[in-house]
Amino acid sequence: MHGIPEKKKKEIFYTMLRIRRVQERIESLYLQDEMKTPVHLYIGQEAVAVGICSVLEKDDYISSNHRSHGHYLAKGGDLKAMIAELHCKKDGCSKGYGGSMHLVDTSVGHMGSSSIVGGGIPIGTGLALAIKMKGTRQVSVVFFGDGAADEGVLYESFNFAMLKELPVIYVLENNQWSVCSHISARQADENIFHHASRDLLLAMKIDGNNVTSVYEAAFQAVKRVRQGLGPSFIECETYRILGHAGCKTQDPKGYRDQKEVETWKKKCPVKSFQKILLQENMLTPNDLAAMEKQIETEIDNAFTFAKKSPLPARENLYKNLFCE
Amino acid sequence: MPWSKIKADCNEPDFYTESNNTGRRITYPEAIREGVKQALALDDKVFVMGQGVDDPSGMFGTTRGLQKEFGPKRVFDTPLAETALTGIAVGAALGNMRPVYFHNRPDFLLLAMDQLVNHAAKWYYMFGGTVNVPIVLWTCIGRGWGSAAQHSQALQGLFFHVPGLKLIMPCTCFDAKGLMLSAIKDKNPVLIIDHRFNFKQKGMVPEHMYTVPIGKGIIRRSGKDVTVVAVSHLVTDAFYAAQELAEQGIDVELIDPRTLRPLDEALILESVSKTGRLVIADTGWKTGGVTAEISAVVVEKAFSFLKAPIERVACPDVPTPAGHTLEEAFYIGKADIKDAVFKTINYNR
Repeated sequence: MHGIPEKKKKEIFYTMLRIRRVQERIESLYLQDEMKTPVHLYIGQEAVAVGICSVLEKDDYISSNHRSHGHYLAKGGDLKAMIAELHCKKDGCSKGYGGSMHLVDTSVGHMGSSSIVGGGIPIGTGLALAIKMKGTRQVSVVFFGDGAADEGVLYESFNFAMLKELPVIYVLENNQWSVCSHISARQADENIFHHASRDLLLAMKIDGNNVTSVYEAAFQAVKRVRQGLGPSFIECETYRILGHAGCKTQDPKGYRDQKEVETWKKKCPVKSFQKILLQENMLTPNDLAAMEKQIETEIDNAFTFAKKSPLPARENLYKNLFCE
Repeated sequence: MPWSKIKADCNEPDFYTESNNTGRRITYPEAIREGVKQALALDDKVFVMGQGVDDPSGMFGTTRGLQKEFGPKRVFDTPLAETALTGIAVGAALGNMRPVYFHNRPDFLLLAMDQLVNHAAKWYYMFGGTVNVPIVLWTCIGRGWGSAAQHSQALQGLFFHVPGLKLIMPCTCFDAKGLMLSAIKDKNPVLIIDHRFNFKQKGMVPEHMYTVPIGKGIIRRSGKDVTVVAVSHLVTDAFYAAQELAEQGIDVELIDPRTLRPLDEALILESVSKTGRLVIADTGWKTGGVTAEISAVVVEKAFSFLKAPIERVACPDVPTPAGHTLEEAFYIGKADIKDAVFKTINYNR
């Protein structure tokens, strides 16, 4: 595997930039209290979702978590429906019943995100079981954080995926922090999940801020899965630039060294890929300006759409409890 | 089998079932097995998983031989990882399959609570009706032979509390098969809580596929003096109690709700409006349980018809003890139901 194919580079960059700008817009408007739902922003981790999803087909599945915006957009989820859901509106992807942590877009293989830490891990494993039973060529990708890696269900799911050689790729986004608890306070060893035999589980630890590394790892894992060789595990080292939830000013002070944040800001996945593309002449300053403009318009439109959409009607409280 | 010393093989009582005495007389586990087998044969999406579903006893007989017939891809043993496996069933259902997950004891379902309560029961609602989770979880309450505190819990009260989860507790062979088929056909998460005492019975079951509607109770015996709502194997106990009470001139109307959620409130309320007296018998604990909820429903919606306080027959609020003298003191049955009926009949304002 030698990097990202030329023809895909621009699109990958665009998707990363779009996720960043969407997150920034949400962050800048959050204190207006029009998005009445806890947002967990993805700034700093864009290379993971985009690098992985750019190798997937539309009908491949992803399972996501509370920090869900990046996964949803990278898989091709509808932006307008997402912003409307953040406003808990009727035209939201979950009709205003889910909020920021519960995004879904089945048309692109996103079957719903769980905000119970680790909750999506067995569900993504089960989607892989369904794929194997149906005999299709699909892949199931599970995104989870280092907090979820503390949960016992991860071990249970890995074991079952290896036992049944399931077409599943576990993507650990190690952003170092679970709310205000550092990984060193929670995990006994840095590489605790990397010891399985390669025949059973292809495990990799990569720089999650380098989209090329993520793409290459995903390419290898997807190839293995489609060949029917079983599960993979990709740990992506990255960093949560903002706090656990909410906007910048809502991040409590004192639990982490500001120098640490600054160091990681210098490793920005979007800026570093942009630099490479400019150097390679894959991207011109004009392209960049055009992209920014297009994204801005798209975000404006999504917020206008969300604000215009009505709130779900009170009489629909009992709707959707059971599927008829 | 230790339970044979507690309850002998027998026929179901001669109460009303919808079988109309057609079919053959088969055992309770055979009835469940026949339903599962017919679902497997009908629909490629249906599969059976659970620890021990392929072992020689086949989950008390309910899954015996199914792996041989349908192969290890569709009927398979699982690791003892209830959280993950429940989530895996949820995921498989999202991937358009129809998992039927067998657990031998409700006690172990507590390990699956996160996926059952936080995920399966929420998914359809939380995503605004865009994705549904058709899974069936089956489990069986143990009793007797010193099963004790962690192998005999009747936890229906916990699950009854959760919106988004359908909860079934059958007691006849006919319903065990028909409700299993309804559960597999249903588009939602369905939990079937069975009881070991039902497994000793034989009843009339038609060979063909049929369903018993979820959410519909049934009157097992019509009567005019007092309504008894009994759950699971206590329906059988209550029926024998009613027969003995009839000899003393007390006419009991016996209701088997079959499904706890959705609960057939109308059937219970109509009966209470006729008799004015109500006894509720459940295999679970008293506090915050099934008898408490049904009492509340009746007090809220049929208060003016009540001629006496509602009597509740439920297990005392302690863990199940092992020793048989303590077990006997703990469990409830026919005699307790009779006492409760006398109490409500003899009540004087």
